[in-house]
Amino acid sequence: MPIIKQKDYKTWKKFDRKRDLQNWLCWFLGTLIFSFCFGLISSKTIWFYVFDSHNEALDLLGRMFPPETNYFFTLIKPIWDTLNIATIGTSIGTLIAIPLAFLSANNTTPSKKFLRPLALFCIVSSRSINSVIWALLLVAVVGPGVLAGIIAIGLRSIGFCGKLLYEAIEEIDENQIEAIEATGANKAQIMTFGIVPQILPAFTSISIYRWDINIREATVVGLVGAGGIGIELDAQIGDLAWAKVSVILFAIVVAVVFSEWITAKIRKAII
Amino acid sequence: MKDKKVIWKRKPLIKNRLLRIGLILLISTYLLSVFLTTEIDWQRILEGIPRGKIFIFAFFPPDFITRSDEILAGIFESLWMTIVATIVGILISIPVSLGAAKNIAPKFIYFLSRGVITLSRSFQEVILAIFFVKLMGFGPFAGMVTLSLSTIGFFAKLLSEDIEDINKSQAEAIKSTGSSWFQWVNYGVQPQVMPRFIGLSLYRLDINFRESAVIGIVGGGGIGSTLNTAFDRYEFETAAAVLIVIISIVMIVEYTSSHLRKLIK
Repeated sequence: MPIIKQKDYKTWKKFDRKRDLQNWLCWFLGTLIFSFCFGLISSKTIWFYVFDSHNEALDLLGRMFPPETNYFFTLIKPIWDTLNIATIGTSIGTLIAIPLAFLSANNTTPSKKFLRPLALFCIVSSRSINSVIWALLLVAVVGPGVLAGIIAIGLRSIGFCGKLLYEAIEEIDENQIEAIEATGANKAQIMTFGIVPQILPAFTSISIYRWDINIREATVVGLVGAGGIGIELDAQIGDLAWAKVSVILFAIVVAVVFSEWITAKIRKAII
Repeated sequence: MKDKKVIWKRKPLIKNRLLRIGLILLISTYLLSVFLTTEIDWQRILEGIPRGKIFIFAFFPPDFITRSDEILAGIFESLWMTIVATIVGILISIPVSLGAAKNIAPKFIYFLSRGVITLSRSFQEVILAIFFVKLMGFGPFAGMVTLSLSTIGFFAKLLSEDIEDINKSQAEAIKSTGSSWFQWVNYGVQPQVMPRFIGLSLYRLDINFRESAVIGIVGGGGIGSTLNTAFDRYEFETAAAVLIVIISIVMIVEYTSSHLRKLIK
């Protein structure tokens, strides 16, 4: 932190000259990259539509209100489906994630050279594909419906839960395992009495967290045909029935708030 | 004398027996009702299995070549979208996160900013994208706006939590020198949250790229549109290639961003 001497007083600056130059260079490069990228985007944009969007938005809002409140009752089944997709999907995902996590954790994996990279690969590929894309694939295979949604959510959850779980397994206390080992326990007993109790809290909080995320994701897998409230949303947008769309959006917000409230409750009860 | 064995049993997870049985009953009724209300078309699934096989075989080998122009264009569009959206989103989230920190903002602004965050968090990117595509036309601009808006909810929420956790005495020391509000934020608050700020930006860059793949499906441009087109044309080999490209780029981005985050820490 250099002090600069002026003629009759001293001032203080945060950085010296070199650091200042570096900072400016970074800003300059950042601005350059940003403008370059934005230029490319804007070359593919029809600006007339963008500048007209506020009129379009007002028009849309006018069509959305007043919402068709009666329509809400037909939504009960899709909401129930959405809930099921999230819950069953989460259960399937976590159940498959458990063995994968044990295979990919450094301290529990049976073979570091072969099985661990394979399990890690499964986790990463499940994580990098969004549940909507999974749903898109599965709708082509098992046909549109709730089942595709459940499998899609399940497949997406494997990676998330697997990653967090194997990190939790790697952080367990080795002393406790040694203590169990000292009693002459076999491998399975070490697992159930040494490792499982240590990761159980992490496991529950991960599954609850994923369930919360999955409620949100289950609302959109329907957009590609995989069941739940998304199917309704897609259909009503296709029909341009905006007064119904606003009801669906309201239902989605309610579902999301509800899931957040419930997860907060459960977390408090457990911890 | 009888041989008495002392047996140790593990404590049950839930102590109250009634609660335990109740929970099991509740879960089984739930599963049963799910099973009864969900229609599964087994006929359709049987029909789908050969199609699934075709799709899986499309990965061996995937077809990068036929549509290589479209794949490349899609990836680059996704990248531009991600970069611009992350920067715009972060720039907007800075004032929002200052406003959403309890220790900095007055009550009125606090509730306003929290409202903005909740609003942006309550809808999935895909739903937002549908509306922005409707409002602004097809193409990457709508996708960019969507990603920027959803960045605000994520970024401002986490950053404001970090701002709330800052060391008060450091900030007060700056205040006691007679600094203005901006100087106070710049010298008292900003250095304390900077590591988290950089970490979060990298993390969000990673998320935005992943999301950009989905937004394309509803018309928001990027690699998602390429994927969707491939599906619509039943070109599963190309679709497989696009998926592989997405997975590998996500892996690269994730690896670099986590590596950079470790470096910064």
